[in-house]
Amino acid sequence: MTAVTTAHSAPAERRAPGVRAAVTGLGVVAPGGIGVRSWWETTLRGELAIAPVTRFDATGYPATLAGEVADFVDEDHVPAKLLPQTDRVTRLSLAAAAEALGDACLDPQSLPDYAMGVVTANSTGGFEFGQRELQALWSKDRRHVSAYQSFAWFYAANSGQISIRHGLRGPSGVVVSEQAGGLDAVAQARRRLRTGVHAVLTGGFDSALCPWGWTAQLAAGGMSTRGDAERAYLPFDADASGHVAGEGGALLVLENADAARARGAAVLGTVEGCAATFDPAPGAGAPRLLAAARLALADAQVDPADVDVVFADAAGERDADRAEAAALAELFGPYGVAVTAPKSLTGRLGSGGSALDLAAALCALRDQVIPPTAGAVRVADDCPVDLVTGAPRPARLRHALVLARGRGGFNAATVVRGAR
Amino acid sequence: MERLELSELALLLREAAGEDEGAVLDEDTLDTLFLDLGYDSLALLQVTGVVERDHDLMLDEEALAEAQTPRQYLDLVNGALAARAAA
Repeated sequence: MTAVTTAHSAPAERRAPGVRAAVTGLGVVAPGGIGVRSWWETTLRGELAIAPVTRFDATGYPATLAGEVADFVDEDHVPAKLLPQTDRVTRLSLAAAAEALGDACLDPQSLPDYAMGVVTANSTGGFEFGQRELQALWSKDRRHVSAYQSFAWFYAANSGQISIRHGLRGPSGVVVSEQAGGLDAVAQARRRLRTGVHAVLTGGFDSALCPWGWTAQLAAGGMSTRGDAERAYLPFDADASGHVAGEGGALLVLENADAARARGAAVLGTVEGCAATFDPAPGAGAPRLLAAARLALADAQVDPADVDVVFADAAGERDADRAEAAALAELFGPYGVAVTAPKSLTGRLGSGGSALDLAAALCALRDQVIPPTAGAVRVADDCPVDLVTGAPRPARLRHALVLARGRGGFNAATVVRGAR
Repeated sequence: MERLELSELALLLREAAGEDEGAVLDEDTLDTLFLDLGYDSLALLQVTGVVERDHDLMLDEEALAEAQTPRQYLDLVNGALAARAAA
């Protein structure tokens, strides 16, 4: 997928003085757990949430493993009225939205009209819904296609349904930049805060675990075809063979820090720096992930020495892993900073992946512990990174750098700081 | 003669717009606006698709836009069915 409504910030963007972006609420629906607490516990335990696909019969497809959100009961999270008109990805994001607002103790109805918006990232739309309606179209006829197909498939459906359900009528939108989307959305939300908005619900979600979505993901490339869940997605490992696809994501309440303080909200952390870059055409120059990281640090006015952990993009492909490791070595020195890739436990979740990494970074800063990369990963000699694997690592954590690369050339970086 | 009954319409609306939303659709609410019953224009669009399909019917779009209560909607559909039967 390519950009429809991307937002690529220059770090030098003029900022309204004093406007700081605080995270006051989190919502997570991901492989490994529904709800922040449940997901964070399994993440810290390094529990692998990659398993054979159950959402459809994947027999005969080259890739048969996925990171699925298990035991999600739609009726528990989505009003009955919305069931006929929502794809699974929208349902997952509605659940996370409710959790994030609850966690922030923020009732949008208590705010002035237009004071809160919603900016989410999504890169595949509602594939499962769309597939069902296409099947109805071609196996029966057009009169069997749901009227709700008009919007249920669309990238913006998540933002729209969340906005309607919670009355978030402030500046809103959708960002489409694949895996980078979760971070790009947060950058866009932060820009909105600078225009005087009180808060923005932001993050990313993707889910395309149906035959049509699977076929599209396979066509896009990079998927591991191994059947062994322990060995399928091994970022930074010499035995890396691609990635496993997953579903889910995270949303966070990003709030004007002064306003958050004024209402007595608990602040989990602050978004200090954001940046995005775009790669040159293949063969036309070096990728620009490093540039994104540098720009985000400059935006945050944070030195590399003050970054204590990096949440890596962790492609799981040899060339891309080497490139990311080289970028980190350039910025921090070889083995110069703790690096982790908890997405090795869940698979790559598209837009949801980088949003989930941001949630993990915030929880890590709160608990002063780095969640582990999957235990099976052995760092390759040509990837000079201090990768935290197998078990969580307690550490003094001031800033975390989150990196993401979206298919098609997107790079994004975000610097977050703990509240303590 | 082929007809769309109130109970069928109630069932179709529940399927299109969810079970527990909206007020009860019965004889007492025949003249209540669909919107006040919790059914928006999309729910009606979805229901109309099913009605047209099941009865092999094409309803007039402008007349549909004006049918804003269950009674008006049933009159429109049953009028079209009667006209076809008479033809």
